[in-house]
Amino acid sequence: MIRVQREAFDVGREIAELTAGNTRIGGVASFVGLVRDLGGLRSMTLEHYPGMTERQLERIDAEAHRRWPLEASLIVHRYGRLEPGDPIVLTITASAHRQAAFDSCNFLMDWLKTEAPFWKREEDRDGERWVAARTDDDEARDRWRGAG
Amino acid sequence: MKILYFAWLRDKAGISECEVSPPAGTATVGALIDWLASQDERQADVFADRSVVRFAVNQDFAEADTPVGPGDEVAFFPPVTGG
Repeated sequence: MIRVQREAFDVGREIAELTAGNTRIGGVASFVGLVRDLGGLRSMTLEHYPGMTERQLERIDAEAHRRWPLEASLIVHRYGRLEPGDPIVLTITASAHRQAAFDSCNFLMDWLKTEAPFWKREEDRDGERWVAARTDDDEARDRWRGAG
Repeated sequence: MKILYFAWLRDKAGISECEVSPPAGTATVGALIDWLASQDERQADVFADRSVVRFAVNQDFAEADTPVGPGDEVAFFPPVTGG
């Protein structure tokens, strides 16, 4: 499942709802991305491409299910204006065994970093600027190519 | 054809979307960019450095040789920075 929303999310509640009633699940992995402030950040605004964002997240989610034996998964990505410490993104994967849960959770994050149409704009005391893409994000995604 | 701009490409274009009717023969994203860039100074600025422009046709990532035609939705944006 995927969700794109402005509001914050509750990790505990999301895990509980995702796993409720499925006793084949033996392990759940989750990742939460937060707005990081390395000095002077006032806000971060996330813009996205409505429609394409959902399509891309659905694809990434489906690819994780193709590669690993998952019982359930969830991607939640926020947009709009966020402040330092606010949660941005949540990925949860659940499987019979922990390794599939760990690996697929990692995969979801690496792929959505480069395949989901979001753009970050940072604001500090000097003004606002768009965040530049990172080549190490591409490298993180590429290490999954060929595997699976 | 519907054109969309995101992030700093939108800032440069001065608009978030528009409808265009490129001349017949504008059959690929690359040809569409050539035509858009020739329309006015703002569009020329948007596409001044094409190495930093990514695009999607009908909400799928596309390449310069991806076909485009009337009724398509073509989006231009910088490399993504979500997550």
